[in-house]
Amino acid sequence: MKSSIVEPLPTDDDIIVIEHVYKSFGQVEAVIDANLTVKRGEVCFIFGPSGGGKSTLLRCINHLEKPDSGIIIVDGIPVSDAKTNIDLVRAEVGMVFQLFNLFPHLTALGNITIAQEKVRKRSKEEAERIARELLERVGMPEKADVYPDQLSGGQKQRVAMARALAMNPKIMLFDEPTSALDPEMIKEVLDVMLDLAKEGMTMVVVSHEMGFARAAADRMVFLEEGRIIEEATTEELFASPKEERTQIFLSHIL
Amino acid sequence: MAVTTKTEERESKLIPWTGRLADVPWWALIILLLGALIVYFFLISPTYQDALLFLRAGVRLTIGVSLISFFLALILGLVLGLGRVSNNVVFYTISSVYVEVVRGIPILVLLIYFAYVVTPLALQFLNWLGTTMSGSLAIGPLVGLADRLADLSIQDVEMTVRAIVGLAFAYAAFEAEVFRAGIQSIQRGQMEAARSLGMGYFQGMRYIILPQAIRRVLPPLGNDFIAMLKDSSLISVLAVRELTHLGKLNRARTFRTFETWNTVAFLYLVLTLSLSVFVKLIERRMAYEE
Repeated sequence: MKSSIVEPLPTDDDIIVIEHVYKSFGQVEAVIDANLTVKRGEVCFIFGPSGGGKSTLLRCINHLEKPDSGIIIVDGIPVSDAKTNIDLVRAEVGMVFQLFNLFPHLTALGNITIAQEKVRKRSKEEAERIARELLERVGMPEKADVYPDQLSGGQKQRVAMARALAMNPKIMLFDEPTSALDPEMIKEVLDVMLDLAKEGMTMVVVSHEMGFARAAADRMVFLEEGRIIEEATTEELFASPKEERTQIFLSHIL
Repeated sequence: MAVTTKTEERESKLIPWTGRLADVPWWALIILLLGALIVYFFLISPTYQDALLFLRAGVRLTIGVSLISFFLALILGLVLGLGRVSNNVVFYTISSVYVEVVRGIPILVLLIYFAYVVTPLALQFLNWLGTTMSGSLAIGPLVGLADRLADLSIQDVEMTVRAIVGLAFAYAAFEAEVFRAGIQSIQRGQMEAARSLGMGYFQGMRYIILPQAIRRVLPPLGNDFIAMLKDSSLISVLAVRELTHLGKLNRARTFRTFETWNTVAFLYLVLTLSLSVFVKLIERRMAYEE
């Protein structure tokens, strides 16, 4: 770890610190030497070609994937430390999945209340009050008693966001939240995310929605073949990407 | 949709009567007819009525044994099933060895083994435990318990109890596999979502995975319950006075082989058919759209 002596120590402002993280699946190296810090209140946008390790890196943050080596510190807690109770960290880090992963045996309301009751130990009444407020906020108060299978993709993803927000997370992770949606439903999900960004939520977003990045991201990270190729502010990256591979990728999708 | 339905309706009138005959549930009609015939025999024949009265207690015991054994098998099976999907090597290994060994032995052999080998061994152990306790560390209320254990004899364990335990242990292996399959059929994302919300592994199992898995495995569990009810006839070799054993006794008592086994078979059928209707009702109540 000789490089960490040279690098500035993480300050209180850095809510996520990722240092020299490696992760491979068998022969496939998904993440190679990733270094990244996210500041409190920042929206960090990770993009790049499919299979480039974006999701794996994101999932390392709340330890859904266990890194092979490296350090990840979330809000001052080292998540890859064996002594850390990972459940306590995860309760502070909300996650939204590409395929929603709503609980099909529970209503929209039940999806949002279950972890509040079982993890946050809130009373049923309080959990339901919070859940209804959040359903209001994502624009679907009338769907409280509906089961996930009766919701559209966009509605499912908004319930999933409400479910994560109900835990009052300090950080929200988004793993391609709009990739499984029909085009006409993407906006309703992005609108909720934009609101969240405006309210100052710390967000790490893996996505192909460059429009969202332009509107809300503070910083952009380009990831290809497991490596972080370029990292810059949103203005810089759109105006003048330094790396050639970033330029090629942007020219393909913009 | 409405258009196709209309066409189908119109076409159905054009189907020849032979085609429409094929749609009648003949199997149900035949079963009903046979049932009616047998009930008729019961009503007119004193031999059948006598057999029925004699076998009544056996039906009660068969139902009781099956219910208790299956309940125990479900609990043990769930624990073993959780072991089969566990990352804990010890838990996984114990469960796997149990399932593989017990599944590979005929139930009849298992029942005899439990009744005549495991039970005496367990008793010897309890006797030894009682003697040791009263000799050394029996204090206060433990004295009574120690003496009780030391005085236990093999006659104290009824054959019915041994049969119930044997059946439960035998079927637990099958239920473990049913639960394992059900748990593994739930998408990985469900546990990930639960964990991402801060739930522990067991919370995720209890509140998210198992409620879905158990709904999914209700049909195979229902099948196994019916299979166990039938297999409970095997405990007649332990001289437990359930339906099949009472059938043997009735034949020996009356020499009416034909009527006796007709009645026994009919009673089993009534039990299993009503059970399968009951299982269907539960499945329909528990069903939800996925």
